[in-house]
Amino acid sequence: MPAVIDVRELRTHIVTRWGTIKAVDGVSFALDEGETLGLVGESGSGKSMTCLSVVRLVPRPAARIVGGEVRLDGDDVRAKTDAEMQQIRGRKIAMILQDPMSSLNPVFSIGMQMREPLAMYHGLRGGAVATRAAELLAAVRIPSPAARLRAFPHQLSGGMRQRVVGAMAIAGPPRLLMADEPTTSLDLTIQAQYLGLLKELQQRHRFAMIFVTHNLGIVARTCDRVAVMYAGRIVEIGPVRRIFTQPAHPYTRALLESIPRFGVRRERLTAIAGQPPDLASLGAGCAFAARCPAAFDRCAEAPPEVTITAGHTTRCWLHGPAC
Amino acid sequence: MSSIAVPELEAPSAVPVRRHRLPVVSLTIVAIFLLVALLAPLLAPADPYDQSLRLRFRPPVWEERGSWAYPLGTDRLGRDLLSRMIYGARVSLAAGVVTVLISSAFGAAVGLVAGYYGGRTDAALMRVTDATLSFPVILLALILAVTVGPSFANVVIAIAVILWARYARVIRGQVLTLMTLDFIAQARIAGAGAWRIITRHLLPNTLNTLVVLITLQVGYVIIVEASLSFLGAGIPPPTPAWGSMIAEGRDFVTSAWWVSFFPGLAILLVVLAFNLLGDWLRDTLDPRLRQL
Repeated sequence: MPAVIDVRELRTHIVTRWGTIKAVDGVSFALDEGETLGLVGESGSGKSMTCLSVVRLVPRPAARIVGGEVRLDGDDVRAKTDAEMQQIRGRKIAMILQDPMSSLNPVFSIGMQMREPLAMYHGLRGGAVATRAAELLAAVRIPSPAARLRAFPHQLSGGMRQRVVGAMAIAGPPRLLMADEPTTSLDLTIQAQYLGLLKELQQRHRFAMIFVTHNLGIVARTCDRVAVMYAGRIVEIGPVRRIFTQPAHPYTRALLESIPRFGVRRERLTAIAGQPPDLASLGAGCAFAARCPAAFDRCAEAPPEVTITAGHTTRCWLHGPAC
Repeated sequence: MSSIAVPELEAPSAVPVRRHRLPVVSLTIVAIFLLVALLAPLLAPADPYDQSLRLRFRPPVWEERGSWAYPLGTDRLGRDLLSRMIYGARVSLAAGVVTVLISSAFGAAVGLVAGYYGGRTDAALMRVTDATLSFPVILLALILAVTVGPSFANVVIAIAVILWARYARVIRGQVLTLMTLDFIAQARIAGAGAWRIITRHLLPNTLNTLVVLITLQVGYVIIVEASLSFLGAGIPPPTPAWGSMIAEGRDFVTSAWWVSFFPGLAILLVVLAFNLLGDWLRDTLDPRLRQL
């Protein structure tokens, strides 16, 4: 059986006045049913752009997908026509965005907004829509769902709204759910609830999930595997436990060291020195070399992809073939 | 021993509940004028075209020479002023409403398309809009009046051809803000196409603005129509229109003030009422304020 989503050497470039930015530069990963991948990295490392590239919704005309392959259940997504793509979006691949405050249409009640995907995906009409919508709201743990259908977005709290978005995302139900920092703007207590809910929905519908975040705590709790992105590339990918205990790439190590830990006394948190690189003027070498404490002269060349153990690979000369 | 004067705590006054009361005055005025326009043949005491030179410049009923036969007096051809104003309401309101509906539909469509597609489409449409905005309505109407001849249809066309640009401008601006919001992205990710996003997500969110703008513009169009009629480029005589009635009375303001005054008053009342109505709609249509 092919993987639910199989991304190979995906490349998305953004043309700007200052040059071409390789926002996604050869990203590869594959996910099976019920598997969760955490996509972590700094702002601008290409996490969101990777997700948008998968559904072919990169901001046109500046951004373009220039290469690579995206397969959904073995089916080539990049070869689809625009009309076919609209059939895939929402139905097969769903996405939850970051800001619950603006992700619902303010002028329609919850019920009216939920009618749209249900009518589009399943051709439901009339009373069946309301019943199904209420079921979906119940599935995301919204109390008295039938009554909530009449509520307007502004009458709901951020957590509630994000649940409604979640309910609409599983209306398909999708094969792949991408969550782009879905809990960033929620309260801490609500965050945990929401993450639990997503996991629960995943267990029920067996969809693959991509979790975009810069919160490594969330990754540890919800993901099976982690991909660390830097400057448009996945610098390290592997099982969560491996990455957290034996990070191979210096950038991953630096990321993990910059998390404050309870009970560990440290004078200062380690910050990663320097700034993220200017993506428009990136050479062939390792993009992290300028900030890397372990950089040496080889780093000026393009780093090789090294498999450390099965399923754990990194792009770094430190683990490269001996010189 | 010291004592501290504690100011008596005021009982928390009941928080004034902000209720959106109906704008009774402006609604009444608009309703009355609409009824008058619709029922003109029933309400008018006399034929608005009936001339009688012997009866010219009769003053309103409360003046010395006035009579109940001509409650608001007569004009320079001895026509009953009240009847002409009643029929004039038809012309003015029809011009206002028809023009605004045509131009708002077209302008909103242009604004939605420009804002949604952006890029070159937006640039092209907005340049056309700018060019249109810079063209004076009165001048276009005068050109039409001179070349094709003044008529009701030409007045509507002349105003609508210019007025749509304002809607396009405003709606496009709003669409641009809406496009940055997540629910548009979310709709796209859910598989909605351009048509669906424009009609189901963008248009409903601009409807507030559109309705408010429409009510405000009705007043504006009535004034423009009156100005055109005043200049002779509007609805040709003898059809009664408020603007041309003011123009007719202009030469006699010192001796027969009523000929210009009453049509002017009618314009003032209608425009004011529509503007107040528009303000009220703006406050009421916002779903965030609706529940208050």
